[in-house]
Amino acid sequence: MNFDIENTDIAWCPGCGNFGILNVLKRALTELEINPQKLVLVSGIGQAAKTPHYLRTNFFNGLHGRALPPATMIKAVNPDLKVIITSGDGDMYGEGGNHFIHAIRRNPDVTAIVHNNMVYGLTKGQASPTSQVGFVTPIQVDGVFEEPFNPLAVAISLNASFVARTSIHNLDLSLNIFKQAIQHKGFALVDTFTPCISFNKINTRKWYEENTYVIDDGHDPTNRNSAFSKACESYPWPLGIIYKSPTKPSFEENLYIYQKNNKPAINREVQWDKLKALIESKSV
Amino acid sequence: MSQLPLSNDISIVLGGEAGQGIQTIEQLLTKILKLNNFYVFATKEYMSRVRGGSNTTSIRVGSHPLQAPIERVDLLIPLDKEVLPRLQHRITSQTIVAGDMEALETNLKIFDIPLKKLSKELGSEIYSNTIALGLILSLLKTDGQIMEKYLGKYFGAKGEKLVELNIKAAHLGFKHGRELLENGTVRFPELSISDIQNDIMINGSEAIAMGAIAGGCRCIASYPMSPGTGVITFMAKVEHDFELIVEQAEDEIAAINMAIGAWYAGARAMVTTSGGGFALMAEGLSLAGMLEMPVVIHLAQRPGPGTGLPTRTEQGDLELALYAGHGEFPRIILAPGSLKDAFYITQKAFNLADKFQVPVIILTDQYFVDTYYNIPSFDLSQIKVESCIIEMDENYLRYQLTDNGISPRGIPGKGKGLVGVDSDEHDEAGHITENLELRVKMVDKRLKKLSLIKESAIAAKIYGPSDSRGFIISWGSTNRIVREAVKHLGKKDLTHIALQQVYPLPENLRHLLSSAKHTIVVENNATSQLGNLILRETGFQIDHKILKYNGLPFTVEELMHTISEKIS
Repeated sequence: MNFDIENTDIAWCPGCGNFGILNVLKRALTELEINPQKLVLVSGIGQAAKTPHYLRTNFFNGLHGRALPPATMIKAVNPDLKVIITSGDGDMYGEGGNHFIHAIRRNPDVTAIVHNNMVYGLTKGQASPTSQVGFVTPIQVDGVFEEPFNPLAVAISLNASFVARTSIHNLDLSLNIFKQAIQHKGFALVDTFTPCISFNKINTRKWYEENTYVIDDGHDPTNRNSAFSKACESYPWPLGIIYKSPTKPSFEENLYIYQKNNKPAINREVQWDKLKALIESKSV
Repeated sequence: MSQLPLSNDISIVLGGEAGQGIQTIEQLLTKILKLNNFYVFATKEYMSRVRGGSNTTSIRVGSHPLQAPIERVDLLIPLDKEVLPRLQHRITSQTIVAGDMEALETNLKIFDIPLKKLSKELGSEIYSNTIALGLILSLLKTDGQIMEKYLGKYFGAKGEKLVELNIKAAHLGFKHGRELLENGTVRFPELSISDIQNDIMINGSEAIAMGAIAGGCRCIASYPMSPGTGVITFMAKVEHDFELIVEQAEDEIAAINMAIGAWYAGARAMVTTSGGGFALMAEGLSLAGMLEMPVVIHLAQRPGPGTGLPTRTEQGDLELALYAGHGEFPRIILAPGSLKDAFYITQKAFNLADKFQVPVIILTDQYFVDTYYNIPSFDLSQIKVESCIIEMDENYLRYQLTDNGISPRGIPGKGKGLVGVDSDEHDEAGHITENLELRVKMVDKRLKKLSLIKESAIAAKIYGPSDSRGFIISWGSTNRIVREAVKHLGKKDLTHIALQQVYPLPENLRHLLSSAKHTIVVENNATSQLGNLILRETGFQIDHKILKYNGLPFTVEELMHTISEKIS
């Protein structure tokens, strides 16, 4: 499978962590033998949300913060499609925060790869929901004082079905996690640390290397309580599959329409006889 | 205000607190009257609360089609003491008021029916409503057998005992009614029956929902908001039979983005909401404009601004529907005037959205969605789902520049091509572009579709000669009320133009206005939004405006009065 696209003018700064994410994602899709015609990449707005333009596949690049609702329904009306969301920390956790919560509750069989660089890039350097306390920006002139958003803890509190974190400086780990997330049935969150070389001089590649560690085999990702305490760790931040809720049915599986028949909704026709009967039942 | 004389239809009003069971009587009464082969019309006004307050249902029963509310009350059944003072302005010496004297605390002359006492004799107070039902049905000289049979069916699931007691209660009321008839206290005109056995009785929400199903709607995502909720509730009730995806979204923003996602992947989808929820969808509407994605939006209006009057009616969101969403893009705004048209127009909305790849907004309001009357069953043979989805080849371009502005629409996985859509300005493949020449081409392409849309606009209904001196113009839910008022006025030189598509305006409206001498617009809002739109689109200034914005629909008599004033 070839996901490369020719003659593309990529809008990212040279050295941006997003290139790493793009390459790892392409490799994961290729190794998993995903058919580009059966894949839809969904995104909102931001530098990360431009990712779908740099792969050869179907894409829905919608509104800021609104990637999850269309992604949910694309998968629901045609479960034969593979749906992957590529989004940034502002798009997913800020503008789209409400959808983030409720998409986890719904548990559609989609994968959300969130490029988390702890800063707003496209709007030029303001704080993001994940910016660390003390981070000074053109708007947060005295430094951020709000509690940073903890996507993993929020997701685990909602019993999300797959919660992972990677950092793009670790390519092998990222590839492994992306592949597992894409194969997972249900909502899979991959919070992906990535440096913004233009607007975040604090959380650099070196900083991520020094402030993260890969969790060992001793961690049981099916144990929600230990997963929650793992998710709450910082300085250093744990990387790996933090939580997996193994038996949770997906949104599509819960829909009545697929319980007896897995024919995608898009291929179903109006049942004229039933409609006629329904209308006629209104004669009394 | 003078009232229409009592002739061949009878007007009944039921009033009481929320939770007192008025809705149950309304349902039973309208159905039993219809089973007696009478034309029936029912509309309700209610307060925004779960219990208490004071709500009324107005029912007209007659021997000819009834599709509009009137002022006159022939029979009033107040179930609590708030009803009489609230309806004072509609009660005349001709109005028969029947109820429980003890509970009503009134000096008015009323026919005392000790509902509570009689009900208690049956073992519980809960039968009061059924006694009142029996009373009304006997005063209208309906068939006791039909009543009994329907009560058996209605209460059947609750057990034999309850069926028996309710039938007993209804007969008690029936007996009291007969006494009032026999001693000459009540003399209603004899209603002749009509051949309406196969007619259906539905309300506006049901007409819209069934029209959507007939339009191939496979998915509805919405956030509950009065008065838009009835449509998603009805679709949820039948979702198993019709294989629908019905999703309560976390907010209206999610709802419209879900619907747009569904269309992208190849399923027809809609949202239902009211003004406040629609305001939240404005960004999504604009997204549909940029993606050239079809989407159908049912906007059931209620009075604003802000939370306004949540359970009341208004036609105050035409301009919201017209201007919502940033940027410039075409849209279609429909406003069905009757329940029959609501079905066919909603069905058509899905085909229009698909064909032109634009958002289609269906404007109704609280009055319209909550109003019931009988109409002939729908003819499904004349409608079909006209899907415009194509099979893609490998060179497929979602935004291919074409002569008429419409690019063939593919969906992911159908054929060899790929479908890319982007809310940024994009090239033909859907990729972000900042090529400003291409920008102009893309804007022109999107806007070009409007001229095609205009050509297929739903024509206004014209009642009267096209060379009249006077024209009265209405839109949406107000159409049937104006229609009856104009009919009663019987003026030769007055033609009624009833719009069912408000944007873009149909050609026949433009044509008629070009020779119009004297014009009146009737709207359920304060600023004449249709009048403003007509001025903007045609340069034609309407002479007179009849506007109402107290949260209630017009009545026939009220319009007869104000129209007469304007034309004299």
